[in-house]
Amino acid sequence: MGEFMRAVAEHTFMRNALLSGLLASAACGVVGTLVVVRRIAFIAGGIAHCVLGGIGAAIYMQTVHGWKWLDPLYGALLSALLAAVVIGMISVKAKERTDTVIGAVWAIGMATGILFLARTPGYGGDLVGYLFGNILMVRTSDLWLLGILDLVVLVSVLVYYDQLMAVAFDEEYARTRGIPVDLFFIGLLLLTAVTIVLLVTAVGIVMMIALLTIPAAIAGRFATKLSHMMIWGAILTVVFTTTGLALSYSPGLPAGATVIILSGVAYLLVVLATTPGGRLRFLPAQRHDS
Amino acid sequence: MSGKRTEGRTTIIEMKGVAFSYDGHDVLSNVNFTLSDREFAGMVGPNGGGKTTLLKLMLGLLAPTAGTITMLGSSPVDARPRIGYMPQHAQIDPSFPAPVLDIVMTGRLSGGRVRRYSSEDRERAEIALSEVGLSDRRASMFSSLSGGLRQRTLIARALVSDPELLLLDEPTANLDVRMETQLHELLRKLNERMAIVLVSHDVGFVSEYATRVICVKETVVLHPTSELSGDTLREMYGEKIRIVRHDHDEDGRVTGDYRG
Repeated sequence: MGEFMRAVAEHTFMRNALLSGLLASAACGVVGTLVVVRRIAFIAGGIAHCVLGGIGAAIYMQTVHGWKWLDPLYGALLSALLAAVVIGMISVKAKERTDTVIGAVWAIGMATGILFLARTPGYGGDLVGYLFGNILMVRTSDLWLLGILDLVVLVSVLVYYDQLMAVAFDEEYARTRGIPVDLFFIGLLLLTAVTIVLLVTAVGIVMMIALLTIPAAIAGRFATKLSHMMIWGAILTVVFTTTGLALSYSPGLPAGATVIILSGVAYLLVVLATTPGGRLRFLPAQRHDS
Repeated sequence: MSGKRTEGRTTIIEMKGVAFSYDGHDVLSNVNFTLSDREFAGMVGPNGGGKTTLLKLMLGLLAPTAGTITMLGSSPVDARPRIGYMPQHAQIDPSFPAPVLDIVMTGRLSGGRVRRYSSEDRERAEIALSEVGLSDRRASMFSSLSGGLRQRTLIARALVSDPELLLLDEPTANLDVRMETQLHELLRKLNERMAIVLVSHDVGFVSEYATRVICVKETVVLHPTSELSGDTLREMYGEKIRIVRHDHDEDGRVTGDYRG
């Protein structure tokens, strides 16, 4: 741990890694909570995997057509937003079998990325970095974009919190109150898309769904308000990303995978501890009044 | 209160030739009826007979495939802000983290414009909670409440916008006799200032308390409660009906849960 602290003090890349983890955590706790209570983890997974399509296209354009300004992160953002709109429209219009369509969009997004990368000459490949995260590669210039995206997510949720809560609690009732439920759904998917881009560098495309859902799910086991679930989800994400980064540093383990294993173990322990029969004392019991 | 006046009473629900089909399958056809204000109507009928569909048509959540629906003198969508709706509580995720007061306040929302709850919203929610006798539970988690109290929470949410008409989907499900009596007391009090339409499996509750019965089975037939006889029930639910409760029938009305 001492070695990790020294590295943070000495190296910009370590500070950038920590900072990007913090930025991702705030959006992750807030949006992850909404993803968990609305049960749209599969949709979030679909959007996440489509991100590879945008990254692949951006790298191809940069290399083959010399579009140097097209950073892979921009490609990720565009493809995530596009996937959110497409999946959102499909879910709203077709009420049945949306999982089949989402699964297809999921794989098509990835396949697009792989084709683009295959046609990019000399691309030796940071493919693994995008798939499994490469938090140590975050540049200072990336932090600005990540900061802006974070702000967009947090401000949107703050402004529309009451409506988001009403729609998440009881969609049909919210509709009878004249709330544009479908618009809010697509809006939530857009915020999920932005959050996913924040998580790409931290834990990568393949594993991010765990970080999006696990901290919120743990928080949901003791939170009594949606806002508390969001705040605790964010705090837990900070704990997981920072601890994971620290633990992985000395042995040179992949940081993303360490973060995910850490959150997975924590979730398992909390589930075991709060399930009747194995409940820990300090966690509030579910009371049943009549 | 708007709407057409007939014989000195205001029409709050008017259905003319209403039909609804889903995937080519007729759920409801040729529905014609009117309901006046201050009515306390019970909606009964077999599962799949179209009760929930009829309720959703009244709320504008579904559009009829034929015919016209007038609610409180306007279209269902326009009338919605003046209608209080209580859905079946079973369709709500019981693990959702929200205190009772926050849930009741969602009934104060209207439209998609940006606004946070005001102190007035909070006050109105408190009033609605005290009306259903849940003031001391304002901070309780919805998930910690029993089925009966969850229903009361959702009734409070329906009341918080001062509706002229209350639509309740299965408020009598899973209630014991004591809670059922309390529910009736509450609804009778509310009925003094608003019309009530209540969907129920419990024919006993409806025949005991409602002033009018809406029988829904592919179409709609209205009966005064006094006409609700064994023959009517058999016609609707089929021969397999068993009358299982006789606790309220001192004045000769047929009561009972159907088990069709």
